[in-house]
Amino acid sequence: MINKVVVGPDEAVHDIFDNATLMLGGFGLCGIPENCISSILKKGTKGLTCISNNAGVDDFGIGLLLKTKQVKKMISSYVGENSEFERQLLSGELEVELIPQGTLAERVRAGGAGIPAFFSPAGVGTEVATGKEMREFNGKTYLLEQWLRADFSIVKAWKGDTAGNLVYKGTARNFNPMMATAGKITIAEVEELVPLGELDPNQIHTPGIYVQRIFQGKNYEKRIEQRTISK
Amino acid sequence: MLDKTGIAKRIAQEVGDGMYINLGIGIPTLVANYIPSHLHVVLQSENGLLGIGPFPTESKIDPDLINAGKQTITMMPGSALFNSAESFAMIRGGHVDLTILGAMEVSENGDIANWKVPGKMVKGMGGAMDLVASAKHIIVAMQHCSKEGASKLLKKCTLPITGIKCVKRIVSDLAVLDVLPQGGFKLLERAPGISVDQIKNATEGRLEIDGNIPEMQV
Repeated sequence: MINKVVVGPDEAVHDIFDNATLMLGGFGLCGIPENCISSILKKGTKGLTCISNNAGVDDFGIGLLLKTKQVKKMISSYVGENSEFERQLLSGELEVELIPQGTLAERVRAGGAGIPAFFSPAGVGTEVATGKEMREFNGKTYLLEQWLRADFSIVKAWKGDTAGNLVYKGTARNFNPMMATAGKITIAEVEELVPLGELDPNQIHTPGIYVQRIFQGKNYEKRIEQRTISK
Repeated sequence: MLDKTGIAKRIAQEVGDGMYINLGIGIPTLVANYIPSHLHVVLQSENGLLGIGPFPTESKIDPDLINAGKQTITMMPGSALFNSAESFAMIRGGHVDLTILGAMEVSENGDIANWKVPGKMVKGMGGAMDLVASAKHIIVAMQHCSKEGASKLLKKCTLPITGIKCVKRIVSDLAVLDVLPQGGFKLLERAPGISVDQIKNATEGRLEIDGNIPEMQV
């Protein structure tokens, strides 16, 4: 079997080039590839197009790459927690494409599944529909939406094995499984890298076929955006 | 006039046993606190969970378990976790019985605007456009008027639309209203201490008033 295990995030992202298109898993700061983001920051890759549901916060997640102006374009559904993002957007420094969350998830899924386009009802009658083909099915109008694919997909899982099989935890799964399928090269960082045979095949969320590189990450911060507790 | 809690309490009365429900951010999230305990409902979080439980105690906080508002949560017994494509498959596929969300404006034909204020707010639509395009039943929680007193129940929305002809029922601080299939708001209930005339004055869209309008019980 080919060796998918790399030493760490620096090696995993070493060939990400200027102007590449990246997919980054996560919902808010939950399930984001923290280690790879740090390495891209350090590497200084510029002109990136980032496909990610959110854009991090000012000082964490993709927000770090926005601050250093490494991102040319964001493709997201919700970017509300990031004031630097809003500033760059309103000043025209950053290109942004906002996509309904379910459409974003399905476009990524379609990219990985080899389906170039599909019809979705989300956004009919809104500015999202501008320039899109519309068609009626059973009396309801739908928009033609196209697949999304990336040069690199970067995902974060809870556990993974050396074959690239992945298991996610809690709601940190979110966009990671679809993104893992839609990158020319998919990089997985995991909290725990285990030998072959340790993960239960019945419980695999992402089969290893989609993953080209895997490593065990370190020092996960797992920042919480809204710490809400019951007394 | 109802406060936010009052709106949430009134909406909780719309919840039926066995429903799968998606609650939006803000007042809709509060509804969960007032669903009668004898009803068994399952709350969907579009980031990938069926079975949202109460907020955790300090020792049970798990950063890998949040709701769509990015708040730390717990899971009810019998919960299910899934990815975002699956989550919106259940939304788009019409499997969620009730969607409750906030609005900045609603028009008399059921259009809703709640995602963007041009030049001011560019946060994105998140899952709102998917939810309103596919939900079987949508209840909107909103303020009837702006702080300046301008009606938010309009003939036509002035803000960018989130979805067209989708809102079925509105619970505002002043009233409960239905959006009629042929267009127009039908007044169903008044908030405590609010007169029909006050509601008339606060509603720009066509308002249908049929007979005696009862005061809501909250």
